[in-house]
Amino acid sequence: MRCLTGTACARSMRAPAHEPSIEQARSAVMTVAEIDRTILAVWRIEQPRLLTGLSRMLRDVPLAEDLAQETLVAALEHWPMSGVPEKPGAWLMAVAKRRALDHLRRRKMLAEKHDVIARDMAQEQQAMPDLESALDDDIGDEWLRLIFTACHPLLSREARAALALRMICGLTTEEIARAFLVPEATVAQRIVRAKRTLSESGLAYETPRGEQLLERLASVLKVVYLIFNEGYTAARGEDWLRPQLCNEALRMGRVLTQIAPQEGEAHGLLALMELNASRAAARTDRAGDPILLMDQNRARWDQLQIRRGMLALSRARELGGAGFYVLQAAIVACHAQARKPEETDWRRIAGLYADLAGLVASPVIELNRAVAVAMAEGPGAGLAMVDRLTHEPVLKTYHLLPCVRGDLLQRLGRHEEARAAFEAAAALAGNQREQQLMRRRAAEAGAAMSSWPAAESSTPQR
Amino acid sequence: MRFMSIVTSSQPPAPPTPQLLEAVHKLADREIKAGRMLDSGGLMPVSTGAQVRIADGKVSVIDGPFVESKEMIGGYAIFELRDKEEAVALAVEFMQLHKEHMPGWEGTCEVRAYAMPHWDGVCEVDARARA
Repeated sequence: MRCLTGTACARSMRAPAHEPSIEQARSAVMTVAEIDRTILAVWRIEQPRLLTGLSRMLRDVPLAEDLAQETLVAALEHWPMSGVPEKPGAWLMAVAKRRALDHLRRRKMLAEKHDVIARDMAQEQQAMPDLESALDDDIGDEWLRLIFTACHPLLSREARAALALRMICGLTTEEIARAFLVPEATVAQRIVRAKRTLSESGLAYETPRGEQLLERLASVLKVVYLIFNEGYTAARGEDWLRPQLCNEALRMGRVLTQIAPQEGEAHGLLALMELNASRAAARTDRAGDPILLMDQNRARWDQLQIRRGMLALSRARELGGAGFYVLQAAIVACHAQARKPEETDWRRIAGLYADLAGLVASPVIELNRAVAVAMAEGPGAGLAMVDRLTHEPVLKTYHLLPCVRGDLLQRLGRHEEARAAFEAAAALAGNQREQQLMRRRAAEAGAAMSSWPAAESSTPQR
Repeated sequence: MRFMSIVTSSQPPAPPTPQLLEAVHKLADREIKAGRMLDSGGLMPVSTGAQVRIADGKVSVIDGPFVESKEMIGGYAIFELRDKEEAVALAVEFMQLHKEHMPGWEGTCEVRAYAMPHWDGVCEVDARARA
């Protein structure tokens, strides 16, 4: 029988009694790897509670993070020998608390030396027993404070993402590095620097209120969205941790809607992520090539995730949400609700893009609106909009502009112009897979051109 | 990865102790807040259910209880997790609560991964994804 608590595994690989050694244990590669995976899994589950508990005790997030990491190291050292304890959460909490108390004691001694009034140790001690039950009652506020700290606007975008993944999702530095395709040392340095910035800034460890809350929440949502997109645009064949970022972001989104349930945009972002992720299984073919939204097998869309996305969207709407994420989620919801491509409500999508354009002036949004208008009113109307965008500086190197243009020209039967547009798109496309797709479409346009007019009747004009 | 944890027991159905209920609720609350648990539910005893079977080429309906059933499903939970290790760790924690708060109860928590068609998450060429 497989051992659940790890005791039997540990017994089979226990180091000689006189000198238990991790190095010796590591020679049993598979078993140790298995135990390490178990430890990391337990760690990810327990880590938010540890971190919030330590932050509350120490009122210092960077220090709490250090001690939480030390606790993980202690588990990685001890558990391969002793087996995973029956209550791993309690074990980790006890070790973490002991370290925090040691730290407070040292700090107090130091403070007394300098004749500064230190916090009363007895009072600290007394506060300890409450800690866990208080956390169990409501981890929410504490967690929110932590997330606000990790995503503080003082930090760079990359640092925020790294800290969030580490402190909220419990990812290791190595995992974060692999997910973002950067060297581990880079991530380690980002984290160290970010923690130093936080320590030196003397930020109050508190939940922002009022207008500041909205501003700070926007910063948090942006980090989550960034992490999601990093995973969403990852290509197949790369490290599995990249697509995994989508799940980490989704989890953060769910956490946010649980601990900040009154924030419409948080529900909106969650809805957007759930609905986009619901198409994960349908987005590529067996060879890993992308499948366009309109060509996807909708039976492969994850209905559980769509239901969750729709629920989040309706909560966002109930809360009066009509911001950046809510509108985007509403657009994706139009697709999610269409059982067949031809049932898509393009008029509604075009309207939502117009709302979005009113909120954020962006040529990319205009381009998307043009696509929706073309679907609702015909390729001619869309093309007129796209042609107005060709001189936008932001879109000069954006391959989707000529791609959309090519598509509309093709549908209008202007095959030669379509081929030129797809070729321009191939030249601009960032990754090989998209280049290939654009070249294929250019070739198709070329073929349609040579067999014209016979091919035109087979190209329905929508 | 999505997992379903299914709790089965061969013992006659007994209501959980209040302590167990409280502990399990606390765990579920934590898992919902952590964004890992998507759904969960308990099932009524088999005496209230039925089975529709195919045997010898015939479909038949049998009302519960089913004398020959050994293990009966009592409840389930659906999780979205990193890996099987997380699913197992959560199942161990869940079962520890049973051991502690409902002495004498015996049963199994089975952890099963959802079958997913090649989940790879490649970007479709979709302008919307980047808007």
